[in-house]
Amino acid sequence: MDAILLQILNGLDKGSAYALIALGLTLIFGTLGVVNFAHGALFMLGAFCAVTLQRVLSASYEVIDETKVDFLGNPLKVKTPYVEGWFGPEVGGAIIDWAVPLSILIAIPFMIAVGFIMERGLIKHFYKRPHADQILVTFGLAIVLQEVIKYFFGANPIQTPPPDALLGVVNIGAPLSLELAYPIWRLVYFFFAIAIIGGVFSFLQFTTFGMVVRAGMADRETVGLLGIDIDRRFTIMFGLAAAVAGLAGVMYGPINPPNYHMGMDFLVLSFVVVVVGGMGSLPGAVLAGFLLGILESFASTTWATTTIPGINQIIIYLVAIIVLLTRPRGLMGRKGVMED
Amino acid sequence: MTKFTPTRRGVLKTGVAAGAGLALPTIFTSSAHAVTNEPTGSSVTLGFNVPQTGPYADEGADELRAYELAVEHLNGGGDGGMLNTFSSKVLDGTGIMGKKVEYVTGDTQTKSDAARASAKSMIEKDGAIMITGGSSSGVAIAVQGLCQEAGVIFMAGLTHSNDTTGKDRKANGFRHFFNGYMSGAALAPVLKNLYGDDRKAYHLTADYTWGWTQQESIAAATEALGWETVNNVLTPLASTDFSSYIAPVLNSGADVLVLNHYGGNMVNSLTNAVQFGLREKEVNGKNFEIVVPLFSRLMARGAGENIKNIVGSTNWHWSLQDEGSKAFVKSFGEKYGFPPSQAAHTCYVQTLLYADAVTRAGSFAPCDVAAALEGFEFDGLGNGKTLYRAEDHQCFKDVLVVKGKENPQSEFDLLEVVEVTPAAQVTYPPNHPMFGGDEASLGECNNGA
Repeated sequence: MDAILLQILNGLDKGSAYALIALGLTLIFGTLGVVNFAHGALFMLGAFCAVTLQRVLSASYEVIDETKVDFLGNPLKVKTPYVEGWFGPEVGGAIIDWAVPLSILIAIPFMIAVGFIMERGLIKHFYKRPHADQILVTFGLAIVLQEVIKYFFGANPIQTPPPDALLGVVNIGAPLSLELAYPIWRLVYFFFAIAIIGGVFSFLQFTTFGMVVRAGMADRETVGLLGIDIDRRFTIMFGLAAAVAGLAGVMYGPINPPNYHMGMDFLVLSFVVVVVGGMGSLPGAVLAGFLLGILESFASTTWATTTIPGINQIIIYLVAIIVLLTRPRGLMGRKGVMED
Repeated sequence: MTKFTPTRRGVLKTGVAAGAGLALPTIFTSSAHAVTNEPTGSSVTLGFNVPQTGPYADEGADELRAYELAVEHLNGGGDGGMLNTFSSKVLDGTGIMGKKVEYVTGDTQTKSDAARASAKSMIEKDGAIMITGGSSSGVAIAVQGLCQEAGVIFMAGLTHSNDTTGKDRKANGFRHFFNGYMSGAALAPVLKNLYGDDRKAYHLTADYTWGWTQQESIAAATEALGWETVNNVLTPLASTDFSSYIAPVLNSGADVLVLNHYGGNMVNSLTNAVQFGLREKEVNGKNFEIVVPLFSRLMARGAGENIKNIVGSTNWHWSLQDEGSKAFVKSFGEKYGFPPSQAAHTCYVQTLLYADAVTRAGSFAPCDVAAALEGFEFDGLGNGKTLYRAEDHQCFKDVLVVKGKENPQSEFDLLEVVEVTPAAQVTYPPNHPMFGGDEASLGECNNGA
């Protein structure tokens, strides 16, 4: 029982990342009709916002310690972060410790700006081109972005630990007398994802801006004929989708150390999530994200891999095939989307 | 009856035809004795095949730095590095046999097909007479096979699978780096001392040649000491999140987790294991322990705080205080500003060993070089007395057991050596079952051309 609940939690956690990326992909596809293969790179850029802020906050001055030597036998240069010098070791240390959550404040404007620049500078020139062209140009952009990150940060993973207060595990099964120890930060990530997803749905459902966007997604031409500048709103939605992917990346850093390739690792899976959920369906993307996360988790158990060797590597694609054969529009796909 | 009357022109024609006919077999015979890319001018070209892109690009960059340093030293530049401490004294800083050493580079991308293609290009287009480098056993085995076919020497870089000098050994291939069996043989006694002989181990293993052979080696070595292997789960190489593999460990009754992972896999699986509080757990009345059999300082950086007190093994570490290691760290550190990795060390040493073997053999012919390397005993290159065994082309030397340092003094000071296991303790017969048994063979040496 404990093991099953633990795998469900793991699945929800993995599903959180899939759902957030797939949500952004669906937003962009639903509004602009663009298949954005650079979306995984936006997730990666978000994670590197946290890495960058951590490095900025840890920027240090060097003091020579004559009592110690470095690897060449020279007096050791001891590094002390500037923030610790300015605010004292306790306050300065706490600021560095909370670098990942603080990165959210930087990531939101940065990712929105990246989204605007991408859409206005490149992607808008491909609206009337075939989907194959859009895929090629956005995939190329993804490679450029990851190579830029590799140039500045290297190829190795970089640790971005959570704040000390959110390290370790908590027994969430205690009220049910179960032994269900789960990492605190993974729970934080799950609830953070729920909050972001809830925020995006609320924004689209309960604001005038969101209503216009939804109307534009349903019938772009009619909304345009009403004198509404739908293109501008869709550009803003691109920025919002980029911010959602970026925030998913920022908070993912403490789960697995970011590296330049992490966007590609998630990209293909997220596309499968979108297809399974139904092209253009936001609830479908979220539902499929969590569903496939849980399935992937169970497929990795010893029982599953012993029963069907290799099932952990193919489960998501297997489900995608079954869904497409039985429900070609995906779990919650709408008629008419990607069918012309 | 027709009378045959010889003419001057007829005799000449017949003579030329007969001469050409007689000479033909000789032309083919003489080419059979030629050597692929034998240097004829004033320089010799070596091919450095390292991961310049992909997940091991940082390790590849360090290998390339080491190769450039080795070339500089061979050509008489810099402070000479380990040329000054090498027990063999035939290298004099005038290149290799008086020919200036030049090099070309290839990008393995840590993919076997890409690595073979770049090695092929360096041999066929750039005229490389020797190929070296790499950070993966899959790549090493693939490139070693290609070099065997092409008739050039392959001096392996970082490759730890038993298979490289086991069932996939080749007459033209040589490995200085240690292997999975040696890690197991070195680690087991230390693990017994630290954690006792009544332990239950759970293995997570990268699903490819290196992972398989390392897991087999570690399991055999620990089981021989009384440990029980409760499970071994193969994880896809492309895995990024190991949480769903870690969760079953909690209910398996195991009290040790062995991570047969390297690179990004190791960083992520270790991070996930620590996240799930394994290190704080108590199982079977004992503290839960994590073991990472193959450590790399470059990878340890990625794992950050999680690496502290975790035990593993390594081929070499910059903190060693023998004269060879000190000379290499000084040369490398002064040139690049940071200490070299174990990958850099093995690549530097392999280049020197190749140059030395050519010089001692007095020939660039791969079979002559191979003969010079086989059974060669040397010292002064950072690992103490070392033997290049003739039967399988594997180096036998001391193995370092290390653990993550509790209080590092700098960003490079991540591992500390807890034991230097003598070479005799990690030596095995060439026909050991884990290395292909009696069927394993080097095959025939190939001079190419």
